[in-house]
Amino acid sequence: MRKFKEFIIEKLILICGIASIFFVVLIFLFLLKEGLAVFNIVSPFQFLFGKSWYPISDPPQLGILPLILGSLLVTLGAAIISIPIGVGCAIYIAEVAPLKIKEILKAGIELLAAIPSVVLGFIGMVTLVPLVKNIFHLPTGLTALSGSIMLAFMAMPTIVSIAEDALYSVPKNYKEGAFALGATHWQTIYRVMLPAASSGILAAVMLGIGRVIGETMAVMMITGNAAVMPQSILVPVRTLTATIAAEMGEAVVGGEHYFALFAIGIVLFIISFAINVTADLFLHKRK
Amino acid sequence: MFKKGLFVLVMLMFAVPAFAGQGKNSIQIKGSDTMVNLGQAWAEKYMEKNPGDFIAVTGGGSGTGLSSLISASCDIAMSSRNIKDKEIGLANKKGVSPNEIKVALDGLAVVVNPANPVDKLTLDQLAGIFTGRISNWKDVGGKDEKIVVLSREVNSGTHVYFKEHVLRKNDPNNKEEFAPEALMLSSSQAIADEVAGNSSAIGYYGMGYISAKQKPVAIAKNETSEYVEPVIENVINNKYPISRPLFLYTNGSPEGLIQKFVDFVLSEEGQKIVLATDFVPVKK
Repeated sequence: MRKFKEFIIEKLILICGIASIFFVVLIFLFLLKEGLAVFNIVSPFQFLFGKSWYPISDPPQLGILPLILGSLLVTLGAAIISIPIGVGCAIYIAEVAPLKIKEILKAGIELLAAIPSVVLGFIGMVTLVPLVKNIFHLPTGLTALSGSIMLAFMAMPTIVSIAEDALYSVPKNYKEGAFALGATHWQTIYRVMLPAASSGILAAVMLGIGRVIGETMAVMMITGNAAVMPQSILVPVRTLTATIAAEMGEAVVGGEHYFALFAIGIVLFIISFAINVTADLFLHKRK
Repeated sequence: MFKKGLFVLVMLMFAVPAFAGQGKNSIQIKGSDTMVNLGQAWAEKYMEKNPGDFIAVTGGGSGTGLSSLISASCDIAMSSRNIKDKEIGLANKKGVSPNEIKVALDGLAVVVNPANPVDKLTLDQLAGIFTGRISNWKDVGGKDEKIVVLSREVNSGTHVYFKEHVLRKNDPNNKEEFAPEALMLSSSQAIADEVAGNSSAIGYYGMGYISAKQKPVAIAKNETSEYVEPVIENVINNKYPISRPLFLYTNGSPEGLIQKFVDFVLSEEGQKIVLATDFVPVKK
């Protein structure tokens, strides 16, 4: 009887393990099935490099280059803001901060991660958007920059907690060795700890970026959603994710617009898959 | 013991949907954001008069409502535009035959910030502004400021109506589009908020959303005709150039509870609610 129970539990866990992979494969197959149909209407080149996105016109213009650039611009901006702050914060927590402050900071960062993105988007819309408009004397504050700043807040918790983890797991004797050779605290951090933890920190950065590129609600609320080729970071942009979210309701199931949105899903899937794989490679290199 | 528990659990999982499917005294209504307040008001009054019946009203956009009707996930779709041929074809394929009921009229207001000196525009000027040909307020008699064009997302019936009747002037061969620079906002309220806080913005939405924080612009068909304010009487006597019918769509001609609700909507009382929510009744 006990053996039987053991057997059942073992198999149940096995099924759970296989299920997650199974679902990923199913999702990807479904995306492919629905999305590839768009290439009966436009060529892959026209789709990826077309400059006009007018999906409900007749005939529809399905060029997603402005959307890809929009997503990349917002992500790049968020990365530039969140990486230095995030890594700096991780160094402070792992190396410098006294125990008490360390605990408070860690709790605070977890709290930041717990704020739903729609709330961040709403706060950004009310506070950040008018601020950006006034500082840069823009016609509107709904810009890529506003999106980048807000998304930086979303990437930061991921970056800080994983980078801090990486710094923490650098063997103690590296640090002791550096001190023994007469290095100052800063020299130790800069020359020893950071290089030793570099692959983990890179993984942290990649995962943070992965979170940013997939984020939908906040960017939809504060980037203006204009499908225009962005000339600078101070203009409205439309991202891949916001396009799917905003237009899925209108798309007639089985219509060309519907297929195009799924094809955007494939593009997004490939981008975030690539980012995750890169992060994974860095993490494994560490071991 | 363990297995018996599991068995009961599995049985329960199958049983719950079976119970949920019973007792058809509720209607799901879905669609146009423009009509969501109106639908809500109808539903409240109706449920007050018919306790026991339940009506749920949700927004999402006309396209969302119609595609739910086609996929049979709602009973009535609210729409601020006519159903497209493509949608009818798709519905027929799924065994749904959409039935159109005109329930109200709506004037589309074009609004600017109260600080903006511009207070009247022709349809040509509007088309120029929204397609991006006119990009500075000074070209239409305002300050030397870049125009910030606000539009609804493509899932909005208002977006489609505005494009077809203002940008394309009802000409099916006209291929005008909204300027790519136009900001796409996800709700009428978002447009109202942005116009209220931005002195160079221009947007459009149903008359019901006008408040003191926005200034509606008087519209003329062309330069020689009269500029008309978006107010209810001008829509009723057909003077205001941008007004549109609002519809309910049902699957086939309405029956049972759905018919009862549609009758209520078209009754004198239902049409009074139309007027009370700043729309224009179809029947007098």
